[in-house]
Order: sequence, then structure tokens, then C-alpha cells
Amino acid sequence: MIDAENLTKKFGNLTAVDNLTLHVDEGEIFGLLGPNGAGKTTTVRMLCCLISKTEGKASIAGYDVGNEADALKIRKLIGFVPDNVGLYEALSANDNLDFYGKLYDVPDAKRKENIERVLKMLDLWEKKDVMVGTFSKGMKQKLALARALIHDPPVLFLDEPTANLDPEASKTVRDFILELKKQKRTIFLNTHNLDEARRLCDKIGILNTSLRALGSPQELENNVGGRATVIQLEQLTDAVQEALRNLRLDMTIIENRVTIRLANPEKENSAILDAVFRAGGRVQSTAIVGSTLEDAYLKLVRKEAIE
Amino acid sequence: MRLSKSWIIAQKDFKTFRRKKNVLYTLLIVPIMISILIPVVLLATHIPVDHLTYLLPAFTFFYVLLAGVVPTTIASYTIVGEKVEKTLEPLLAAPVTDGEILLGKAISAFLPSILAILGGSVLFMVLSDVATFKSLGYYFFPNLNTAVTLFMMVPLAVLMSVEWNVVVSGRVTDVRVAQQLGGLAAIPFVLIYVLGELNFVQLNVTNNLLIISGILALVDVLLFTVTRRTFQREEILTKWK
Repeated sequence: MIDAENLTKKFGNLTAVDNLTLHVDEGEIFGLLGPNGAGKTTTVRMLCCLISKTEGKASIAGYDVGNEADALKIRKLIGFVPDNVGLYEALSANDNLDFYGKLYDVPDAKRKENIERVLKMLDLWEKKDVMVGTFSKGMKQKLALARALIHDPPVLFLDEPTANLDPEASKTVRDFILELKKQKRTIFLNTHNLDEARRLCDKIGILNTSLRALGSPQELENNVGGRATVIQLEQLTDAVQEALRNLRLDMTIIENRVTIRLANPEKENSAILDAVFRAGGRVQSTAIVGSTLEDAYLKLVRKEAIE
Repeated sequence: MRLSKSWIIAQKDFKTFRRKKNVLYTLLIVPIMISILIPVVLLATHIPVDHLTYLLPAFTFFYVLLAGVVPTTIASYTIVGEKVEKTLEPLLAAPVTDGEILLGKAISAFLPSILAILGGSVLFMVLSDVATFKSLGYYFFPNLNTAVTLFMMVPLAVLMSVEWNVVVSGRVTDVRVAQQLGGLAAIPFVLIYVLGELNFVQLNVTNNLLIISGILALVDVLLFTVTRRTFQREEILTKWK
């Protein structure tokens, strides 16, 4: 549904997005994670035909993002919630949705029906004639989602939809996104919130100008964050330390506990334990621990910072 | 270019103006005040007939000055206001072209301004005729020069002001700053008025009014090309402050 191949955006000498390649299937939630200035918003703006691409190719539902003639067709296919909700505060919720419904060529009867449906879904129907300026942040965010859905688009781009929301409002928005997934909509989600990405996304890309990792949350945790074997010893002797160091592994020692980061603990544990036993070590317990999405994210972003 | 899309945008702006009373008051107060004040002064003072036939066209030219100033309120609000409220991005993501948005914004600034100015001028002409009939012995308004001024120069001046305000709006982030800079559109008309007062330009000669209208039309075309270059999706999202 959404494809990008070597997508690049440069602003003068500054490269905002570099050689981004990704594919989002129909009905999938794709999360784009990255620190501030990583190029997430620029990516969404390129895909929504708001700004041009410098190099590469991208398409939405087969329509070419760089093609002027396809741009209007793409905009009709997508719903977009920018990081700033961008609602007309002097107008009512109904007026805001009606305006966008007209712009998206939704016929009168269908428009009224859609407005009622989305406002009821988001618990805003009672407030339909109230000026948006009086709404809370959570209500505005929900209304921005309603606006993005007014023409019933198959693809949604959400740029940090829960940023600055309180936990309750965030949960409402997240639940609604899951509801949209059930309706088989394709969702491209920019977020800072790792927990949100873990819960919502089928696939995640970690972006820091260029794409640093791509996969399901589980794959990223296992492959990028890696896993570790934790060995609790009765006493960490010099001989055991020496034996472990000779194995040249990535490990951390805290008192009598040794944490060794491994790509495949099941395969490598026997050799490690063998070395410990031969050095006279007495093992109290061993455990294989997985890393979290946060570990994977921080590992990639910090590595980037060090480089 | 689909006019229906531009009209949807303009209608939305009209609805917003109705809710923003300050925009509405600023739009109406100056034309109404001038339109009442001048005839009241004419009625209260005894101006000689030969002076009256000179003064009344000069007063009519005030509406060209107004055409430079009045659209500033709305044009700056409709563009800078959207920028400040960050409503441009979802609008730009909708299936409308830059030209359609620009035309919609131009209509929403042009129509209320022209209605306010022409409405004010009708009031001015009626009241002035009432105030001067006794002295002149005939109704001075309407006449050919007034028609050229109001139906050629005023719309062209309003258009120029709207275009100038679009250009200014791309470079400022505050509605009041936009209004102040936008008001500079009136300067050429002030100069023409002063030149008229100094007898360098006869503002009661139809040909002169037509020449000024022609120049204004050229300036409008030039400004339109600048406006089209300024009002581009990517430019708005990445370069507008």
C-alpha cells in the first residue's frame, strides 16, 4: 500500500531523509520511530505529497508520489493528522468536519452521515455545535482524527497523535487507532512513544535521517536490542573472570552477577558455562533475558550519536 | 482550477469572519465613518460651488485609498491567521491545488472588502448629493468619473492590496505585523492623491483615471506572478516562518 525506495530529501546542504526504503502492507500499522529532527515529519510530508522528494521513488496504492497528476489522487486516498492538530478554533466541530468533507468531495447526505458516525465513535457528538476553541487537547486530537476520517480514507498518516495528551486521552486515541486497524485501514504512525509503538504497530522503522532498523517489534527487540545470559555465581573469583574475558564477549559484571549479551544464547550458553566450571566457578542460577524495544531504540540512536 | 474548491475555502473564511467580530468591525468601521463624516462636513460648512466640483471627485478618490487599506485586515487574517493557528498543513494535505487555495483566500479577502467599500461609497454619494444639492442645483453623483473610480480603480486597488498582503503574509508570523506591512499597499494611492492636490495629476479627468487604472492592472498582473511563486505548498511548509 505504501512503498518508498531510496527516498531522499535535502534542504540545501542538509539531508533530512536519506535513502529511506520501506514497504507497508494494506491493513498494517507501521510505526516510524526516531529522535527529534530524525526526518519523521519530512517523510510523512513527502508521502502525503506536501513537499517534493529530492531523490528516490515512493508510491501510495500504486500512485506515484512525485507525479503532479497523481498527487491529488493520493491526497484523496489519505487522511492526515499533523503534529499540530490545525483545527479552526472559531468554528464548531461540525463546521470543521463539514468544510473538509466538502473539500474531499463527500456528497451532502454521505457527509452528514460520516460526521455523525465519526463524532459518535469519538464521543464528540454532543459537542458538535461547540466552538473548537473551547475544547481540551484530547478533544481536539480526537476531532483531528475525525477530520482525517471524514472521507473514509483507506490510508492514514498520523504524526505523533498522542503527543502532549494526558494518559486517559492517549489511551482513547490508541484504542481508536486499534479500532481503525480492525477496519483494515493502513496506518503510518510517527511517534516518540516506544510503548505506544510496541502496542500498536505491526512493523516499526527506526529513523535517524536514514533508516537504522526495520522489522516487527519482536524482531527489533531480538535482533537489534539482542538478548543476554545472566549468570549468578556463588563467588566471582579471578580465575572465573579470566576465563570469561578469554571468551571475548560483551559482558557486564556487577558483584557476583555476570550479564553477557549474546545473539543466540541457546547456542552459546554451553561453552560459556563450560568455561566457568573449568575455572572452578560455582553457578547459583542462569537465565536468558530479552531486551525491550527501548533497548533496541536506544542502542541504535546512541550508536549513531557516538559515530 | 476548480472554482468550486476556492469557493468552499472562501465560504469557510466568511463563516470565520462572522465569528470574529473584531475582523468584521475593522472592515466596516472606516468606510462607514468616512462615508458619513464627509457629507456632514459638507453640510455644516458653506463651500463655494467651484470648490465643490473639485472637492467631490477628490473625496471619491478616498475610496481608492480605502481599497489599499481595508483588505489588509482580512487578507492578513485569512493567511497569517491560518499560519498562526497552524491550520494550513491539513488544508494543504487536502485534494486542492495551491492555485485553488490562493484563489479562495483572494476571494475571501476581496469580496467583503469590495462590498464594504462600495457600500460605503453609495452611502457617501447619497448623503453628499443631499448635502450639496442646494448649492449645486443638481445631483453631483453618480457620474462617469465616479463610475471609473469605483468600478475600475477600486476593484483593481483591492486586488493589488490582497496580492501584496499574500506576499507579506509569507514573511511574518504575527497578524498585526502583517496588517501594518500590508497597509503599505495604500502608499501609491496616497502619492497619487497628493499629486492630485498639487495639480500634477487631474483626478477629475476621465482619461487620467483610465491611465491610472491601466497602470494598476499591470501592477496587479506583476504581483500575481510574485504571489503564485510565494504561495507554493513546499514554500509554505518549509520556508514560511
